[in-house]
Amino acid sequence: MTGEFSGLVAIVTGGASGIGAASAALLAAHGATVIVADTQESKGVGRFVQHDVASEEAWKSLLADVLAREGRLDIMVNNAGISGRPGTIETTTVEEWRRVHSVNADGVFLGCKYAIEGMKHTGPNKAQSKGSIVNVSSVAGLIGSAGPTAYTASKGAVRLLSKSVALYCAEKKYGIRCNSVHPGGVDTAIFNPLWQMVGREQGKAMIDAVHPIGHMGEPAELGEVVLWLASDRSSFVTGAEIVADGGMTTGLMRRTGFAAP
Amino acid sequence: MPRLENKTVLISGGASGIGAATARQVVQEGGRAVLADRDAEAGKGLAAELGDQAVFTPLEVTDEASWQAAVAASLEAFGALHGLLNAAGVGAPSDIETCTVEEWRRVNDINSLGTFLGCKSAIAAMRRSGGGSIVNISSVLGLRGAAHAMAYNASKGAVRSLTKNVAMHCALTKSNIRCNSVHPGYIDTPMIAPRLDAAVGNMSGRQWLEALHPLGRLGKAEEVASMIVFLLSDESTFSTGSEFVCDGGLTA
Repeated sequence: MTGEFSGLVAIVTGGASGIGAASAALLAAHGATVIVADTQESKGVGRFVQHDVASEEAWKSLLADVLAREGRLDIMVNNAGISGRPGTIETTTVEEWRRVHSVNADGVFLGCKYAIEGMKHTGPNKAQSKGSIVNVSSVAGLIGSAGPTAYTASKGAVRLLSKSVALYCAEKKYGIRCNSVHPGGVDTAIFNPLWQMVGREQGKAMIDAVHPIGHMGEPAELGEVVLWLASDRSSFVTGAEIVADGGMTTGLMRRTGFAAP
Repeated sequence: MPRLENKTVLISGGASGIGAATARQVVQEGGRAVLADRDAEAGKGLAAELGDQAVFTPLEVTDEASWQAAVAASLEAFGALHGLLNAAGVGAPSDIETCTVEEWRRVNDINSLGTFLGCKSAIAAMRRSGGGSIVNISSVLGLRGAAHAMAYNASKGAVRSLTKNVAMHCALTKSNIRCNSVHPGYIDTPMIAPRLDAAVGNMSGRQWLEALHPLGRLGKAEEVASMIVFLLSDESTFSTGSEFVCDGGLTA
């Protein structure tokens, strides 16, 4: 297949659904070889690999597998994440805090660490290595009321982690960029608990209302942001926070009392 | 009138650095300081120096039961809890290529989980005491990245976001509890001592760090403490969920 990403290899964690699936589909449509790494099997594009982002052993074997089969790694989309159970600062348990952080924060830390190792195999030597790491944070990494406590803290960790990775790769002249994406409410399975609570129609109306643009995001709208950051079209962008939230964090928010993941 | 009259403040990391400097100012301003620290010797020493308006209690910030005991000790000593300062923290160099999962967890547990547990454990007692103020120490590295402070960066980003979440929860539940983060630059405390001796090019570590700050020097713990006292006091009652930077112009 020819296209902007022809000959390039991308890993998308959490690529079986939601923003990950939309990103995988767009990358594939533009010519990339896509590895969908997820705990649940993918019915979409790309090669599926069963993968637990919180496990370093899983990352080692995933990278070895990709380098053996595809021979290179150019794009890493650290998208896998969980909202965790609804919980406030008073009700969140240590176990829940750790469970959410192991996926959302540890998982992105490991994803960046092994992405760099893989991308260094991409060029003939380090000086010619090249790549783009896209970490999916959230508006919850920017404002405090946008999610359960553990989720919000973990997305703040991803926001700053991404900057450290960006500066480290720049200092080492690896040719690897790293940015964070901050989606507002996007119509994915992460909202299933809310749909179950109040019904999809009413829930969607609630989420629509906190976005000045008037509606929640579609996965493909975030996929386009990921695609741009993955591409050379964003070659001067690193360590940046790319917000795609329908204006949610732009102005003075109207508080609904509802915490969106 | 003293700015913290009859207010009881629980301070993690209260035996040294920013925590200790804040404890001194809390007592000077008419408040009571509960010095919670893993360093019992230093903590007891400072408590003795500060007199009957200060007590020491042992604290392991990553242990929820230890936090509950520290809150109970505060109530037992002074009958109420109005303020919490999460100042305990660890600074350690790390980068994305060489940091192990163990080191990542150690730094995030102390800085991030520790702050979470402090907030969680104190809120109920503060509410029963009529409300108050929580101050979480993040860092300029909760605002900006650093290539060689990867795990620390992530942990302080978590504290920054956690603080806003706590602030919103306390506001929505009408708890009369505020929560703000403080973002110090490089402050002359034991935490950065290893950096002061490590030469960078032909500069000493101290000179290099001083030159980072437009004010041309390191911050003093007392300068950060003074911002914290403002946030603990009733002078800042309309501030919650905000980021207070004390960095000599570093991020300007």
